[in-house]
Amino acid sequence: MAAINRDDVAHLARLAHIEMSAEELDRMAVELAVIVDSVKSVSEAAGEDVPATSHPIPLTNVFREDVVGHTFTAEQALSGAPDAFENRFKVPAILDEG
Amino acid sequence: MSVDATLSFEEAMEKYDPVLGFEVHVELNTKTKMFSSAPNVFGDEPNTNVNEVDLGMPGVLPVVNKTAVESSIKIGLALNCKIAETCRFARKNYFYPDTPKNFQTSQYDEPIAYDGYLDIELEDGTVFRVEIERAHMEEDAGKLTHMGGAAGRIQGADYSLVDYNRSGVPLVEIVTKPIEGAGSRAPELAKAYVAAVREIVKNLGVSDAKMERGNVRCDANVSLRPHGRERFGIRSETKNVNSLRAVEHAVRYEIQRHAAVLDSGEPVIQETRHWHEDTRSTTSGRPKSDADDYRYFPEPDLVPVVASREWVEELRATLPEPPAERRKRLKEAWGYSDLEFRDVVNAGVMDSIEETIAAGASADVARKWWMGEIVGRAKVADVDPSELGVTPQVIVELNKLVEDGKINNKMATQVLDGVLAGEGTPADIVEKRGLAVVSDDGPLLEAIDAALAAQPDVAEKIRGGKVQAIGAIVGGVMKATRGQADAGRVRELILEKLGVQG
Repeated sequence: MAAINRDDVAHLARLAHIEMSAEELDRMAVELAVIVDSVKSVSEAAGEDVPATSHPIPLTNVFREDVVGHTFTAEQALSGAPDAFENRFKVPAILDEG
Repeated sequence: MSVDATLSFEEAMEKYDPVLGFEVHVELNTKTKMFSSAPNVFGDEPNTNVNEVDLGMPGVLPVVNKTAVESSIKIGLALNCKIAETCRFARKNYFYPDTPKNFQTSQYDEPIAYDGYLDIELEDGTVFRVEIERAHMEEDAGKLTHMGGAAGRIQGADYSLVDYNRSGVPLVEIVTKPIEGAGSRAPELAKAYVAAVREIVKNLGVSDAKMERGNVRCDANVSLRPHGRERFGIRSETKNVNSLRAVEHAVRYEIQRHAAVLDSGEPVIQETRHWHEDTRSTTSGRPKSDADDYRYFPEPDLVPVVASREWVEELRATLPEPPAERRKRLKEAWGYSDLEFRDVVNAGVMDSIEETIAAGASADVARKWWMGEIVGRAKVADVDPSELGVTPQVIVELNKLVEDGKINNKMATQVLDGVLAGEGTPADIVEKRGLAVVSDDGPLLEAIDAALAAQPDVAEKIRGGKVQAIGAIVGGVMKATRGQADAGRVRELILEKLGVQG
């Protein structure tokens, strides 16, 4: 029944950078499984004639013309930065080149 | 840093069959970003071309740049792709400081263009078809500079600095299907493929296409399999190979490295490799891990893009002639040999020659000037030939002066130097420098008499029928007139004077 098990939750927690205790993992595995099952019942309600949708509003092609608008100054951009150096955000070195 | 073992390229080719794949990222040259109205400009002061959308601030909403979508469709069409009737954006989730939102807005299961191909012509004229899997829209990430540690490398860096000016710049990522059957020409094909993509996006006018600025960036996938086996080997992905030459070298190096790994009986590790131009080798980046689970899901803040067939056809009608077809047409029209035409293309003067011909010069005259005079001067000045400052009109004018007998070829090159020195139009320079050919026979006859008198023995030889001795007299006359005589006319007059048939 449960489409999400404890290992899945641990994996997602790691990806999302959320620290979870063993107890929390146990509890979340059960709670998420209930949520996933609930969502599944919605997809069962839709017949094959109902197309999948990523968006509740029946809109397409909401575009912007390619015209330059407002920008921040470097000071504004960095005003909320925990640390900055030479008009750039300063972040810890992360050993991963993306 | 340990050095990886490699086999020679020849040995690697004897034992294994390479399979390639490329992901080429093209930065579009729209005025604004993919999802925000901040300017898309290279090289500005850090963090000045950003607004709240580029910085991923809470509560902001992206809005799609229509021109970027049109550019993406044009790229898809130029790559012979199908254009999706409807497609959508997706979030690619990962934590890294180059992406302030903690996700990159991209396309996943519904790329805007798919199922295309590109015919790549190799040096010797062999045509190799590369199948295109997809071309999708996404946004660029910010630029990280690693500080401390060894020379800007992330290993041992103390901290990193982030500039988000590039964040949100529109990108089109072009992904090939696995490329099989290239054999020992794989490195050459790699280079030619990236060159062709670059040429196409430049020709479309949708990207500045400067590789040194990162407008076109290539990730090269390489795997090897024993000859005759259908199943692909394990691949490596060499990131950010950012010059055409580096693409060729990186593919060659990875083939040689994979071959050595396989020969040793070890499996190739599926990993990212980093290319180093200085050592012409790659080093291990990071292996694929469960952190590469990007949990793509449809972007809830953007509605689908619907490309009506009318819109697609409108855009198709605006496409310029494909570069490869244009080259073929021009070569035939100009009547150049294969070698002549290749030299013209390699020297980067095909467009200039086309413009010069359009301005009224013949194909041969245009080639003579561009290849014979301008390319060399541009090399000395270290600029593109087209940027040296010679316009097609200058060449047409110079050639007319020569054809009318007003100046000779030698003077014409001096006039060209005058044009480049900013002395004015060719006619002005002829006037100012006093370069006109002496066409009045009076002064010429005087000079001829003097030359004949100075070399009576030569005059006697010519009278005796040794016409080839005439060079010495012509030389004397040219010297006396400081090169301003028409040598052909001088020769005629000497023969006339001596009563000898030329």
